[in-house]
Amino acid sequence: MTLRRNFVCVCAVALVLLGLQGAAFAVQPDEMLANPQLESRARVLSEGLRCPVCQNQSIDDSDADLAHDLRVIVRQRLQSGDTDAQVKQYLVDRYGDYVLLEPPFKTSTLVLWLGAPLILLAALGVALVFYRRRQETSEDTQRPLSAEEQKKIAALMDPQDDGRKGTL
Amino acid sequence: MIAEIGHFSLILALFVALFQAVFPLIGAARGNRAWMGVAEPASFAQFLLVATSFGALTWCYVASDFSVLNVAQNSHTDKPMLYKIAGVWANHEGSMLLWIFILGLYGAAVSWLGGNLPPALRARALSVQAMIAVGFILFILFTSNPFLRLDPVPANGEGLNPLLQDPGLAFHPPFLYLGYVGFSMAFSFAIAALIEGRVDAAWARWVRPWTLAAWCFLTLGIGLGSWWAYYTLGWGGWWYWDPVENASFMPWLAGTALVHSLIVVERRDTLKAWTVLLAIVSFSFSLLGTFLVRSGVLTSVHSFASDPTRGVFILALLAAVTGGSMALFFLRAPRLKSGGLFAPVSREGSLVLNNVLLSSAAGVVLLGTLYPLFMDVLDLGKISVGPPFFNAVFVPLMVPVVFLMALGTQMSWKRGNLTLALRQLKVAGVAALAALLLTWAMSRSLGASAAMGLATWLFVGTISNLFNRLKPSRLSLSEVWRRAAGVPLSFYGMILAHAGLALVIVGITGSTAWKTEKIQVMHSGDTINVAGYDLAFKGVEEGVKGPNYIAARATFTASKNGKFIADLKPEKRMYEMPPRPTTNAAIHTSAFGDLYAVIGDPNESGGYVTRLYYNPLVPWIFIGAGVVALGGLVSLGDRRYRVGVPSHKVNPKNPVHA
Repeated sequence: MTLRRNFVCVCAVALVLLGLQGAAFAVQPDEMLANPQLESRARVLSEGLRCPVCQNQSIDDSDADLAHDLRVIVRQRLQSGDTDAQVKQYLVDRYGDYVLLEPPFKTSTLVLWLGAPLILLAALGVALVFYRRRQETSEDTQRPLSAEEQKKIAALMDPQDDGRKGTL
Repeated sequence: MIAEIGHFSLILALFVALFQAVFPLIGAARGNRAWMGVAEPASFAQFLLVATSFGALTWCYVASDFSVLNVAQNSHTDKPMLYKIAGVWANHEGSMLLWIFILGLYGAAVSWLGGNLPPALRARALSVQAMIAVGFILFILFTSNPFLRLDPVPANGEGLNPLLQDPGLAFHPPFLYLGYVGFSMAFSFAIAALIEGRVDAAWARWVRPWTLAAWCFLTLGIGLGSWWAYYTLGWGGWWYWDPVENASFMPWLAGTALVHSLIVVERRDTLKAWTVLLAIVSFSFSLLGTFLVRSGVLTSVHSFASDPTRGVFILALLAAVTGGSMALFFLRAPRLKSGGLFAPVSREGSLVLNNVLLSSAAGVVLLGTLYPLFMDVLDLGKISVGPPFFNAVFVPLMVPVVFLMALGTQMSWKRGNLTLALRQLKVAGVAALAALLLTWAMSRSLGASAAMGLATWLFVGTISNLFNRLKPSRLSLSEVWRRAAGVPLSFYGMILAHAGLALVIVGITGSTAWKTEKIQVMHSGDTINVAGYDLAFKGVEEGVKGPNYIAARATFTASKNGKFIADLKPEKRMYEMPPRPTTNAAIHTSAFGDLYAVIGDPNESGGYVTRLYYNPLVPWIFIGAGVVALGGLVSLGDRRYRVGVPSHKVNPKNPVHA
């Protein structure tokens, strides 16, 4: 697994973001199924399955040996008549939820899945509170002028006055 | 000798930074001008020292001084000069040195250009800036010293990972760091304002250009990285929702929100606490990104636990910066009194919605990126959070953002009129509908049709905004010209940035919905049709020598309807040091898409595995990202933000409370 080790090194090395997956040659012609419908199902499935020994790569993208084995297994299961869900379940039984790039909806992922709408609701709530408070302060500033303020305004508006007498 | 000078300069820089962190802060608290004033020469000295240190390491790389461990591990005499220099920041220690070099650069820039800043604000901001420098210089000196010597000296270096030997990646880290570290400016000003307990329109006017500059660089950095991934990794993908990518995307999202909320602070003197919070969050995301990438925590929580020195140091730094600034924020934010009023339906109101959605998006990306780590740490099992999750939660947040981008910019300030704004978008609406129906007729893909409709809505809506402003259909040419000259540059910047995003969406849609892929074994003379192009395989030339690799170079002749288009020559390279293979795709770009060819291994019958793609509209992703960054740059040229131009000083006795 020197390739994987190298890959890990690259990641450590690079600040350097973008998915340093290493130039790869994923799906090989000899793996592909003759039946185009089955093959395209296999491709869609493998895009959603994680290569367990890689860093955040699907088995469709990875050139690791294990990814190759899994691609072949996916195709074998499809040929033996499994549904997409059955293929996924087959791999989850062996590798755990880790193999799914889309985490399943269950108790331990509740916070993850509900997190997105909750974050949005919280942000909307903050905005709402902001507008409410603004309204209160605006009602506060819209009170009628006091007698003294009226006088100042009158002084300011006085055409005989050059404007310097009244200061706000 | 040179390495020791670098090391020594760094130690000196630490002391200068300590000095700069302490004295100006005390001076500002006591109103002592002289103490405040030392921030300026200190920031220049710090910059010169850090630059000397960085220059020394660069010199060691250029001269291939393999007695320096860092150089021996990451360089080689046969490497082209560009990659010798890029090698400086292609490793952990050197990239950290680049980090503080850029930090010093920004600090010196504040001193140099910030002559019109109130002295106390400038002193405090520079002091905060220096505190960050102290943290990072300590980190380098104690955990990641790039100047360590090696004995015995090896005859040659171990070379640089060939994947990193690429012009796109040579320039990607500096741009990214100019972005990351640039947000430290917004952060320092935010902390300084919290200490003073005052945020006003003038503050926003000082902070905005720095934030905008950082944002432009980050946009370019992410764009460059994505482009590099696209042409290097060999199957035409350009974004993977990889944690390392997310690490740069989170500060970008928060920074985008910040650039917009600063407009409201400047215009309406409100939304202050929120803006200060965003400035803190943007920089915290930058630090978090550094932590995620640097600590090894992403590879495995357990490998992190087994060698945690660096990770723990950055985590502590992150905790100190974020925790300290948050504490200060909750202490002082209630003091920030809001000024001007606006209705929810208004330009400011749509900017508020923009902030709600963008910060939610940043939060969601954060949640998805960290969730597997938390589950692992808490022993709840190992899960993967990959592209299907991010697409499912991110896209629904971005659809309203894009919809509002066209609508919000048509609204007037303070109190907008929805009917009027929608009426001005009549053309955009019709165009969007037409694009939607046309895409549907061509592809029968609901998602792609909606996306194309939305992109058209944004693009035409943005351009019609410009037309409304200049009215070229109703006014004479000279009058239009006069108006065009009077429109502030920030308006043109907004038009460019928003139109650029529309291009990005078009590119994303095209590449996701209509990509054609052909994988097969080909023999010399075979022809494969890819999306209407005939690609004839002319064979492979083995043993092509490059500067530090040997390549197998294939030739494909692309033609359409018998007409020659281009020769594509993808390569498979074997680098000499380190001995690693890379595949180099050949790409022929046109306005409508990329023809993308990759050559693989030969098989027993003398054929080669080939992967041929047509990636429709992909170039527009990168062109669009460039236009977005250009928009920021144009906006930066606006008179009001030009650093050094005397701004309308806010009368302290009579602050503008609308």
